[in-house]
Amino acid sequence: MLKLEKRPQPSRLWTWVTPLLAVVITMLAGGALFAALGKDPVEAIATIFWQPLFGEFAFYYRPQLLIKGAPLILIAIGLSLGFRAGIWNIGAEGQYIVGALTGAGVGLAFYPTESVLVFPLMVLAGALGGWAWAMIPAVLKLRFGTNEILVSLMLVYVAEQLLAAMALGPMKNPEGMGFPGSRNLRQYESAHNAELITGTGMHWGVVAAFIAVIFAYVLLTRHSLGYHIRLTGQAPRAARFAGVRPARLVLVCLGTAGALAGLAGMFEVSGPAGQVSIDFNVGYGFTAIIVAFLGRLHPLGILLAGLLMALTYIGGEIAQSNMGLPAAAIQLFQGMLLFFLLAVDVLTNYRIRFMSREVA
Amino acid sequence: MTTPLLSISGLTKAYPGVVANDAVSFDIMEGEVHALLGENGAGKSTLVKMIYGLVKSDSGTMTLHGAPYAPPDPHAARKAGVAMVFQHFSLFEAMSVAENVALGMEEPPRLRDLATRIREVSETYGLPLDPGRIVGDLSAGERQRVEIIRCLLQDPRLLIMDEPTSVLTPQEVKILFQTLRKLSAEGVAILYISHKLEEIRSLCDQATILRQGRNVDTCLPRETSARAMAEMMVGSSFAAPERAPRAPGAVALEITGLSVASPSAFGTALKDIHLSVQAGEILGLGGVAGNGQDELLAALSGEILSDAEAIRLHGTPVGRSGPTARRGLGLLAAPEERLGHAAAPDMSLTENAFLTGAQREGLTARGFIRWGAARAFASAIIERFDVRTPGPDVAARALSGGNLQKFVIGREVLQRPRVLVVNQPTWGVDAAAAAAIRQALLDLAANGAAILCISQDLDELMEISDRFGALNEGRLSEIRPAQGLSVEEIGLMMGGAHGMEVAHV
Repeated sequence: MLKLEKRPQPSRLWTWVTPLLAVVITMLAGGALFAALGKDPVEAIATIFWQPLFGEFAFYYRPQLLIKGAPLILIAIGLSLGFRAGIWNIGAEGQYIVGALTGAGVGLAFYPTESVLVFPLMVLAGALGGWAWAMIPAVLKLRFGTNEILVSLMLVYVAEQLLAAMALGPMKNPEGMGFPGSRNLRQYESAHNAELITGTGMHWGVVAAFIAVIFAYVLLTRHSLGYHIRLTGQAPRAARFAGVRPARLVLVCLGTAGALAGLAGMFEVSGPAGQVSIDFNVGYGFTAIIVAFLGRLHPLGILLAGLLMALTYIGGEIAQSNMGLPAAAIQLFQGMLLFFLLAVDVLTNYRIRFMSREVA
Repeated sequence: MTTPLLSISGLTKAYPGVVANDAVSFDIMEGEVHALLGENGAGKSTLVKMIYGLVKSDSGTMTLHGAPYAPPDPHAARKAGVAMVFQHFSLFEAMSVAENVALGMEEPPRLRDLATRIREVSETYGLPLDPGRIVGDLSAGERQRVEIIRCLLQDPRLLIMDEPTSVLTPQEVKILFQTLRKLSAEGVAILYISHKLEEIRSLCDQATILRQGRNVDTCLPRETSARAMAEMMVGSSFAAPERAPRAPGAVALEITGLSVASPSAFGTALKDIHLSVQAGEILGLGGVAGNGQDELLAALSGEILSDAEAIRLHGTPVGRSGPTARRGLGLLAAPEERLGHAAAPDMSLTENAFLTGAQREGLTARGFIRWGAARAFASAIIERFDVRTPGPDVAARALSGGNLQKFVIGREVLQRPRVLVVNQPTWGVDAAAAAAIRQALLDLAANGAAILCISQDLDELMEISDRFGALNEGRLSEIRPAQGLSVEEIGLMMGGAHGMEVAHV
C-alpha cells in the first residue's frame, strides 16, 4: 500500500529534482500521445528536443532559442514575484500587448526622425504601458476588493481588441497599401531592436531578461522587500505582524510584473515581430505562467525553464512542419509539462512509503 | 477484585521518526475517573484516538467488558459504549442545539422527541441547556455541554474528555465536575486528559502518567502533590519561577477608550477598554478564549489600527502607527498562534528571527538583509532560551510547540522591550519550558519593562501578575491587585458561569 508522509521540512533535493522528473514523465506521456496519433514517438521527442539544438538546421534554430526564451523569462520573473506573495496576475498577455503598443506608439510618433534617444524612450514607454495596464487590477483590488485573477485575465481580451483597433486604425501604415498593421520598425533604424551580435539572436530584450534574473535573485535572497514578498506568500498573518503593508505589496508586485511584461512586448514589437499587427501576440504571457512554476518561482529556475519552453516551441514547430503533428498536440505537450510538475511537486513536501497492510 | 471496564495492554503506535505510544498498559474500572497525565507530545492524544477508533494501533490489545476491543472507526467505538468530547468542538454555529446533537447520532430520533430527551438529560446531570437555541449564540461552556449531552444520549460506558476545562470559567468548571461525579457514581468510567494538576487532584481517582510514549508511573492524585505529579510528567525536577520584589515605575502603556471592530467575521470587537501598565509591572488579563484576546493583541502590535490617542506608549500616541513604528518605540508583542502568526512555518529560524528583529537588532543595511547578523541573533535566542534544535537553519515547523514558543518569546525578550504584550505565552508548552518562559517574563519586569500578559491559564496569571483583569465579550473587567483574589472573584470577573447556574436536582 502506498502512503504519503509529510516531511518535517521541504526537501531541498526534491525541489530541484521534481522539474527534471516532470520533464521525463512529460516525454513519456507525450511519446504515448504521439504514438496514439500514429507518429513515431522517439522521432517526435527527438525532433522537439534534439533538432533545434543539434540538428541539421541548428544554426537557424539556436538563435530562436534566445529570441523566444527572452520574453518568457522576462514576463515569468515579474509574475513569480507576485505568485510568491500570493498575488495572482494572470493577465501578463494583456500587459505585454499594451507595452508593445505604447512602445511602438512612441517609435511611430517619432518616425522618421533618427536619434539615439528614440529607442530608450520606447523602452520607457513600453514599461510604463505594461505597468499602467497592471495597475488597473491592482487599484480595483485595493479600492473595491475585486479579484485580481479575474480582472487581469479579462483585461487580456480588452488589450487584444485594443491591439486590433490600433493595427487597423491609428497605427496603420499609411504606406501599407491598405493592409492592416503598422510600419515595420525594423526598417526604422532608431527604433529597431536589432541583433547585438549577428547570428546569435541576442537583442536588448535578452539583455533585459538576464538583468531581470539577477535583479530578482538579489531581491529575493538579500533584500527585505524580497523577504516580505516571500513572507506574505507563506504566512500572510505573520507578514502583517512583521509590519508588511499588503496594499503596498500588491502595487509593487503587480506593477513590476506589468512593467516587465510591457518591456517584453516592446522588445518583441521593435525586433523579432517588427510591427504592430492583429496577430502580434502569440501567448507568451500565458506560457510565462507555466515557465514561472516550472522554474519553482526561483529566478535561476525560471531562466532554465524559459529556455526549455522556448525549445518545445521551436521543436514543436519543426515537428509540425516535418512530421505533420497537429498544433494542438504540441500545446497539449506543453500543458502536460505543468500538469506533471504540479503532480510530482507533492514529493517536495511528502515522501512516499510502501507499507505492508496495517493489522486490523 | 472486579474485572476492569477497559483494559489496555502493550498498545504501541509508531509514526515516522517518533514512537507515539510504546507498550502502554493500564486498566480503567467501572465508575472510575481516570486521569491521563503527560506533557504535550507524551502520546496522550494518540492513545485516546486509538481507544476511540480514530487511529489503529501497530500492536497491543484492548479488552472492553472482558471482550476483545479493536474499533475500526469511531462508529464502532460509539456502538461499544465509548464516547469522546474533543478539545475543539465540532458544532455548526448556524444550527440549533437539537439539530447539532442529531447530526452526531447514529440513528437520530425525531427532533421533537430529541428535544425532550435533551431536556431530560440536561436536567438529570445538571447541565442546563435549551435545545432550541442556536449554537452560534452559546458561550464556550454551553457549547461544551452540547458535546457532552450528545455523548450522554448514547448511554456511554466510557467517556473520554480531552482538556475539557481549558475553555471554562471556574464556575463552569465546578458545574462540569459535579456532572462528571454524578456520572461516575452511576458507573460510567471517565478518562480525563488534562495538565491542570489541581483539577486532577480534586476530581480523579487514579492517574496514569505518560512520558515520551510510555506509561512511566501511576499515582493516586488525591494523595500526591501537584508538584510531585509535575515532576513525574517531566521526569526531572525543575525550578519554579521566582519573583524578585520590584517597585513599579512610571506608566509605560496606557489604553483609554479603545474600541475596534474585529477583522474576522467570528471575532469579538473590543469595547471601550481602559488600562495602564507601569514599568516593572506585569498586568495579567484572563478570560475564556474568544472574548477579544486576539483582537487586543492585534490592536497593540499594530496589526489593527485604532484612534491615535487610544493607545499611548510613554505618553506618545501610537494608535495609528503600524507594527514597525511601534517596535521602533519599544512596544513588542508575541501572539498566541505560533505557526503562521508569530512565525512563518516553512522559514528557517534565522529568517524568523529577522521577522520581528529587523529594526531593533539592526539586521538591515539600506534595505539589504544582513544575514550574518540575523543568524547570530537567531543563535543567541537559541542559546539563551535553551531552544532544542539542530541549529538556526532548521524550519520553524520542525520544532516542537514548546521549543518554538521559547524561540518566539525569546526573540521579543532579547530585543529589550519597554513594553511587551504576550498572548498565551505557555499554551501547549511543557512544564519545564513554561517555567522558563514565566521566569523570563518576571526577569524582564524586574529590569523595568512593562508586561501585559494575556492568558487563559489562571494559575499562570496568579503566579506572575501584579494586577489582574479579565476580558469578557470584548469588555475589560475592573482591574484588581492579583494577591488575595479568590477563585470565585476571578470567576465573576471572567463573566461568571455566563448566567448559568447548577441545576438543583
